Amino acid sequence: MAKITGAEAVVRCLQEEGVKIIFGYPGGAVIDLYDALMDCDITNVLVRHEQAAVHAADGFARVTGEVGVALLTSGPGATNGVTGIATAYCDSIPMVVLTGQVPRALIGNDAFQEVDIVGITRPCTKHNYLVGNLDDLVPTLREAFHVARSGRPGPVLVDLPKDLIASRLTFPDKAPVKMANYQPNYKPHPVQVEKACRKMIEARQPVLYVGGGVILSDASRELTELALSLKIPVTMTLMGLGAFPGTHQLSMGMLGMHGTYTANMAVAESDLLIAVGARFDDRVTGKLSDFATKAEIIHIDIDPTSISKNVKVDVPIVADCKNALRAINSWYASHSEIDLAAAATRLEPWYRQIDQWKERHPLSYTDDPEIIKPQYVVEELCRQTGGEAIISTEVGQNQMWAAQFYTFNHPRHWLTSGGLGTMGYGLPAAIGAQMAFPGRTVIDIAGDGSIQMNIQELATARQYHCPVKVAILNNNYLGMVRQWQELFYDRRYASTTMDIIPDFVDLARAFGAVGLRATRRSEVEPVIREALATDNVVLMDFKIEKEEGVYPMVPAGKATTEMLLV
Amino acid sequence: MKHTLSVLLQNKPGVLSRVTGLFSGRGFNIESLCVAETLDPTVSCMTVVSKGDVGVIEQITKQLHKLIDVIKVTDLSDVPFVEREMVLLRVKAEASTRAEVLRVIDIFRGKVVDVSARSYAIEVTGSASKIEAVIDILRPIGIKEIVRTGVITMARASKNK
Ligand SMILES: Cc1ncc(C[n+]2csc(CCOP(=O)(O)OP(=O)(O)O)c2C)c(N)n1
Ligand SMILES: [Mg+2]
Repeated sequence: MAKITGAEAVVRCLQEEGVKIIFGYPGGAVIDLYDALMDCDITNVLVRHEQAAVHAADGFARVTGEVGVALLTSGPGATNGVTGIATAYCDSIPMVVLTGQVPRALIGNDAFQEVDIVGITRPCTKHNYLVGNLDDLVPTLREAFHVARSGRPGPVLVDLPKDLIASRLTFPDKAPVKMANYQPNYKPHPVQVEKACRKMIEARQPVLYVGGGVILSDASRELTELALSLKIPVTMTLMGLGAFPGTHQLSMGMLGMHGTYTANMAVAESDLLIAVGARFDDRVTGKLSDFATKAEIIHIDIDPTSISKNVKVDVPIVADCKNALRAINSWYASHSEIDLAAAATRLEPWYRQIDQWKERHPLSYTDDPEIIKPQYVVEELCRQTGGEAIISTEVGQNQMWAAQFYTFNHPRHWLTSGGLGTMGYGLPAAIGAQMAFPGRTVIDIAGDGSIQMNIQELATARQYHCPVKVAILNNNYLGMVRQWQELFYDRRYASTTMDIIPDFVDLARAFGAVGLRATRRSEVEPVIREALATDNVVLMDFKIEKEEGVYPMVPAGKATTEMLLV
Repeated sequence: MKHTLSVLLQNKPGVLSRVTGLFSGRGFNIESLCVAETLDPTVSCMTVVSKGDVGVIEQITKQLHKLIDVIKVTDLSDVPFVEREMVLLRVKAEASTRAEVLRVIDIFRGKVVDVSARSYAIEVTGSASKIEAVIDILRPIGIKEIVRTGVITMARASKNK
């Protein structure tokens, strides 16, 4: 067989994995790779900053469920990508990041643009590799994809020395990846499944607490089937939004720090909490010792380290969410003597209680005839897109208003940096999503602070004809931090005002995009309408009520029942 | 509570830093750590002694297991095992204390491995508690230098093996 270069072998590995689109930025150490990419059917989306390449690959992965791929050069290219990698790691997003490295002979010599990126990213990748031998190149890449997408997914980095990429090798035949010491447990234990099933039909105040794991394992259908057949009320984490239809009667919306009154009360009062693909994060539990004290806990998760990490679990099920939910659903199917519909009548008092909570404290805000309320903007975005758009967010109040007031009915429509909370995530993630689905409406719900972190990506969006829409909820503040200062720091707004922010309408024009502005409530509806009808990148600048807060809010360290309400 | 974990891992560059990085990053404590190749040169064996309540040790075990390069983790608290550590001590040995030092070494079945006019270098092997004991006894006489290997362990064979 004819020999090919290492770079060509990398390209062939990408093709083997079905990769069509990657996101990256060139440099000396990866010139060979970019050269090889020119002769194949893979598109490299040339971003304007490496952080954006990784976020875009992340957005692509979240909407498609496939492994996102980013390609960065050595040294500063690689370090610029670190925030993106950590973001993906915290949210368990399958991704392969290829970085260039200086030639092997120079490694460790403080060569030009040399950094130990494997060392730097060790704690924020699922696994990483420095390829040291030519023979290892192809097997390592195959392994990297396997590790990234299997088990609890996550980013995997492969560092490729320049001399190795330039060497010639014989491309080895495709062989299944064998890793004796890495075998995620996909199948639930039948004894545990039965235990869980019996508890679920006995509980009187059960709650399904659903996290991003359900999205990652494409288990929405199974989860919905379970919730509907047992008629169990559902709450979702920030990462779990879309796993269960938000418009369904059984949905209580999001729980946690900015969750709904109903969801937090229901968890506090529940006698059985069924956690599926969620990890009892501190933003969800609040003060741990007061979290769900009356409940027995069933926890389904593929990662054993998540189980009993923060909260003691009564029935652990270590398995892929989809498999576990299937096993649970089929257990009920095979026990037809149990009349689920009749059994659900025992929950009537629980539903009445939940309805009362919903009625007493629904998600709400005080609208204004003149001033633009951010919640209204999000509601209007939801209305005009029929709740069907792909929504990415930046971080801060904008993110929480998006989570609260856009109602998601499908998985993989919601891209937000939940675990790391990375400002600057939304725009590049939206580009990644739009590259995956050119025909769909993709909107980044942004803050005036966050959008400035990766604003340069407007150029990328334009270059690749990604007509993403950016809705800036412009409060002229680093609003979320300002809200904490208002509530807990005596209104001392230290470093949360930006005296100079760009004129976003002019800025959009400078990029060849469309800029629109609304300063009064009545302008919101037509601005959104025009934006959605425009086949170009649109930046919408909504001048909102400056000191609007996100409510409910559980102050950090407090019990989730101690919510500050509107 | 002290726990001794025996960890089998791939003998590859960077693996040790994955383990130590995990301990430091998650705030787990390391009392001692020993690592070397096994019979199979592609596999290393690491013995880690750590402190923590049951929950912490369970997390450590699971987190170690989650590392791709880790093959097997055994918490030796659950099984009978043999434990050995070696210490090298340089002890003051003036005319008045030479005999006393030798007597102590003899009791602990230690060896003198280096002699000078003023000191002995001594080697003692045993369980961690034996090492502690010999150190305690020699301290009043005057320990000038001390180097410990950290604990290595092996599970005892079950009776029918
Ligand atoms: C990269 C990064 N730096 C700092 C923070 C801390 N932080 C969280 S929210 C926030 C304010 C965001 O301001 P803006 O984008 O205007 O959003 P708003 O809260 O006003 O909607 C800051 C600074 C962060 N999450 N990420
Ligand atoms: Mg703001």
